[in-house]
Parts: sequence; C-alpha cells; structure tokens
Amino acid sequence: MDAIFIIEQLLNGLGYGFMLFLLAAGLTLVFGIMDTMNLAHGSLFMAGAYIAARVHESSGSFVGAVLIAILATVLIAAVIEILIIRRLYSRDHLAQVLATFGIILLADDAVKAIWGPSPIMAPTPPALAGPVQLLDALPYPSYRLLMIAAGLLVAIGLYLLVNHTRVGMLVRAGASNRAMAEFMGVRVGRVFSFVFALGAALAALAGALMGPISAVQIGMGEAILIPALVVIVIGGIGSVRGAFVAALIVGLVDTAGRAFLPPLLRAVLPPSLAADLGPAMAGIAMYVLMAVILTLKPAGLFPARA
Amino acid sequence: MNASASLPASAPAARRGGGFGAVLPWLLLALLAAFPLIAPHFELEYYVGFVRRLLIVMIAATSLNFILGYGGMVALGHAGFLGVGAYTVVALVDAGFSSAWLAWGAALVVTAAFATLIGAVSLRTRGVYFIMITLAFAQMLYYLGVSLRTYGGDDGYGIYTPLSLGGWLDAQPNAFYWAVLAIAALIFALGSRLAVSRFGLALMGIRDNETRMAALGFPVFRLRLVAFAGAGAVAGLAGALLASHNGFVSPSMMHWTESAILIVMVVIGGMGNRWGGVIGVGLWLTLEEVLKMYTEYWHWPLGLLLIAIVFFAPRGLAALFGSKGERA
Repeated sequence: MDAIFIIEQLLNGLGYGFMLFLLAAGLTLVFGIMDTMNLAHGSLFMAGAYIAARVHESSGSFVGAVLIAILATVLIAAVIEILIIRRLYSRDHLAQVLATFGIILLADDAVKAIWGPSPIMAPTPPALAGPVQLLDALPYPSYRLLMIAAGLLVAIGLYLLVNHTRVGMLVRAGASNRAMAEFMGVRVGRVFSFVFALGAALAALAGALMGPISAVQIGMGEAILIPALVVIVIGGIGSVRGAFVAALIVGLVDTAGRAFLPPLLRAVLPPSLAADLGPAMAGIAMYVLMAVILTLKPAGLFPARA
Repeated sequence: MNASASLPASAPAARRGGGFGAVLPWLLLALLAAFPLIAPHFELEYYVGFVRRLLIVMIAATSLNFILGYGGMVALGHAGFLGVGAYTVVALVDAGFSSAWLAWGAALVVTAAFATLIGAVSLRTRGVYFIMITLAFAQMLYYLGVSLRTYGGDDGYGIYTPLSLGGWLDAQPNAFYWAVLAIAALIFALGSRLAVSRFGLALMGIRDNETRMAALGFPVFRLRLVAFAGAGAVAGLAGALLASHNGFVSPSMMHWTESAILIVMVVIGGMGNRWGGVIGVGLWLTLEEVLKMYTEYWHWPLGLLLIAIVFFAPRGLAALFGSKGERA
C-alpha cells in the first residue's frame, strides 16, 4: 500500500461521496420539509441511469443523454408526485413507506418490461475514457474526475440556491418549521413540488453519472437508497449542509474501508481470518459510523430543526 | 395525542370470548392440521410445502406485529433476526448436530441475545432514527453473513440431510408440517394472550403516550426492550424453521427488502390486530405464488395493491390508522 494507492482510493471515495450527496440532497429536503419518507427516490436514480445509458448509446452524445435523462426523470417524478406523493403528506411514515415501496415494485417491473431483465452496459464517453496525469506517478481516470467536478458544481449551486435566493429561503423555512412557514403565508405545497422535482433531477444526474462505472440494473436503486438514507440521518434530516458533510464522510469511510481494511487486517491477523473479516468490516463501517454518531448526536450532525 | 385513533386496534382483542371469533382459530387449526392428509386426494401435495412456508412466515410476521402494532416500534430490521436464527441452525448442522429441537431452541436463545443487545442500543432513539438504526443493525448482520465463508458466504449453505425431530416422528412424512403448525398456533395464542395481558396493555400505553406511562411509574425502556427481544427471538425461531424448510440459508434472506416486505405484510393484514400477521402473510404470499404462475411481471400488481391499500383501505381495517403525531 503506497501513497499513490491511498490518494487514488481517497479520490474514489470523494467521487462516491459526491454522488451520494446528489441523492441525499433531494431526499433530505423532501424529508425535512414534508416529513415524507420516500423510498422510491432510488427508483428515480435507476430511471436516470437507464435513460442516460440508452440515449447515450443510440445518439452518441453524453451531455445530451444526461440532459434528456434529467428531463425525463423530472417528468416521471412530477407524475408520481401528483398522483401519489402529494396525497401522502398528511399520512404517517408507515403509510409513506408502504406506498413508496409499492412504487419501487412498479418501477422495477416497468424497467424490466422496457429494457429487459439483464443489466445493460452504460458506455463511458470516449473523450473521457483515458486517464489524466494528476501527478507524475498518479494517472487517474478522467471520467471519475468529471464526477467529482460535477458533484462539486452541484454542491456549490445548491448552496447558493438554498442560502442566497428567495426560493432557498422558503425551502429553509419549510424545513425548519413547516407549520410556522404556512402561517406566514408560504405555500409550502408549491415549494415542496419544486423541491421534489429538484431532488428527482439530482437523483437522475447521479444515476446518469454512476451508470458507466457501475452496473445499470434492476435493484440498483434499492442498493444505493440505504447509503443515501444513512447519509441524511448522519447529516441531520432536512439539512443540505449536513447531507454534504455526511455524504463525503460516508463516501470516504465506505471506499477507504473496502480498500484499506483488508490489507491492514492481513498485516495483523492470520490470512484466513483476515479474508473473512475484511469484507464484512468494510461493509459494516458505514453503519457503525451511523450508530456511533446517533449515540453521540441523536438528531444528526447538523439538526435542521431548532 | 393519538390515543383515540389507536384504540380500535386493541378493542377486538379485549372483547373476544364467545361467538364466531372464539371458534375461528380452532376451526382454522383443525383445517390446517388436516390439510396434509386431504391434499393428496386433490393432487395438492405441492401446496403442503407452500402452506408450511406460509405458517413459518406467519410466525415471523406475528412477532413483528407485536412490536409494530402493539408497541409502535417500526423495526426495519426484522429479517436480520430471521437470519441469526437460520445461521444458528447452520452452525449446529455444520458442527454435526442433527436434532431439530436443539437447533430451533438454540436459535431462539441466540437470537434473543442478539435482539437484547440491538434493542438496548436502538430503543434509545425514536421515530425515523429508530427505523434507520434497526435497519443499520440488520445490514451489519447481512454483511456478517456474507463474511462467514465457512458457511458459504454469499453463496449460502445447503442443509442436505433434514434435521431429526426424534424417534418415530422421523418416519412420519408430515411431522415437520405439524411441528410448524403447532409452533405457529402456540405463537399466535401467545401473541393474543400477551396483547390483553398487563404487559401488552402497558406496551400499548407506551405506544400512545410514553411520557404519561413513565410518569405513572412504568419502566418504559425495560418493557419495550423485553418486547423487542421477545419478538426478535420468535423471529429467530421462524428463521430456524425457514432454514429447515428450505434446506438452504444465504445472506439474501437478511436483505433490507425482506424486512420491508415483513412490515408490508403486517400493515396490509392489520397492525395491532392479532390476525394481522396471518391475513397479511396469507394474502401477500398467495398472491405472489399465483401471479408467478401467470406472468414474470408479478411485482407490479403487488405494488398497485400496496398503493391501493394505503389510499383506499378504510380505517376500519385496523391497518392504516394513525396520524402524523404518532411516531415509531
């Protein structure tokens, strides 16, 4: 394990963290403002990945594919919001979990019917296929750099939107105290529709960007939903800043755990035991982190509600 | 804040005794007991195994219903306990033991220990944080299962020789079915009894108003922990039975969607209703079985059913009551 390997893995973790942030930002706002648990957020991620992969393959334009994926996913999300989510605000979390789990089942079968049951290949854009020399001895895939850059841009954009615009002010008001914001004349329902669409766009962007470096398949939404939920819980539900910090922490912990724990364990434990423990401890790391943080700070790192 | 809305859940349990409601469980039990004997005459042998699986999952759902419905604890990690029970069986089989009763008893004890530890940490949180932390522990158990390479890791572990029920029972082809039925009936009866016991009523009180119950001098945390550990142990027993039923155990039985489906089945059937687990499991698994026969797209009708239940199921179903005020 040398310095190059460590830097490489930390960059990978950063990229994964930014993708988690794209998912968690929408999730935490929906949760924070309308107190609505949306398990189907992962399905929007899946929709974005599938649409981007298919459009990219047939048109050859990566940027166009990402934009179309975002647009189409926002439309899908709008339909879901109007038909189902809008009616769930006033219900308890269990009803929300149930209905959005129903959406997951519908979405998985819809994807299977449209694109077939087997995973599809999402091509990497040719211009970004090669590595970039970050340092003399450190080539790094340029596509992964794009992910980090895109994540960073979106994070800055969201920061400006949430903290320095009128819409952002309404969003923060809704997240910190919905009833009060309503009394003050904020149309929280409308703000929420906007936030839901924004969340869908970010989820689609994450899906489109993650596609070429992971498997585009049915169930990918459910797989990434759990880390995204861990992120918003660690960050404090409703806080975009919390989601940002927590996403980077979780991304780094998860990637670093997978990369560094097995070799470290091999150095101190007998090989067979290390081979057993390594993957398990790496998989568990993020959940242990969450349990510890919740024990110390029961409302997450940056509680949105005063 | 939600006391009046939640009352209907407990009312049927409290007011039973007499009438059709009292006969129904016995009627159902007799019918189920006779099923393996009747089935061959109608060429339904295949469904004896199916009903056995229904009964096992009903045990798990009934235990979840106890903490979810009566205790108000939305535990999204129940499948983890099934996994602990199943892997206990695997460990004993791998070590050379073959007694079913020993394996099932051990599963009960081991899972109770796991559930006590997990509950002791989880029950300090509330609401969504409780949902997430139970999920987190189940995920840890899942990865633990993946890492157990001696027991097959990701690929799972096959139990090739059926566990022995002991003596003359092993010669009887339906013995396992009846054992499962007896255990399921016992758990159902236990759940019904507990719901109207002092313990069950205190648990419901805590669900509806924790602060008041604490002020009245009830050991709130300990009562919830006992319920959580007990439900976990029963789920472990169900997991052990499932391991014997399938002859195969893999980490996928602990995947978070399995936990979610358990909750789904309980809520469809009716939270806080002693029939909730039975109805929910019966409906969900039967639909799944039937739909799978006709189409490979069998998820979406279930998804539609879920959404329809959320929106159109009347409050009288005792399934979807509650308001924003009520938290796990």
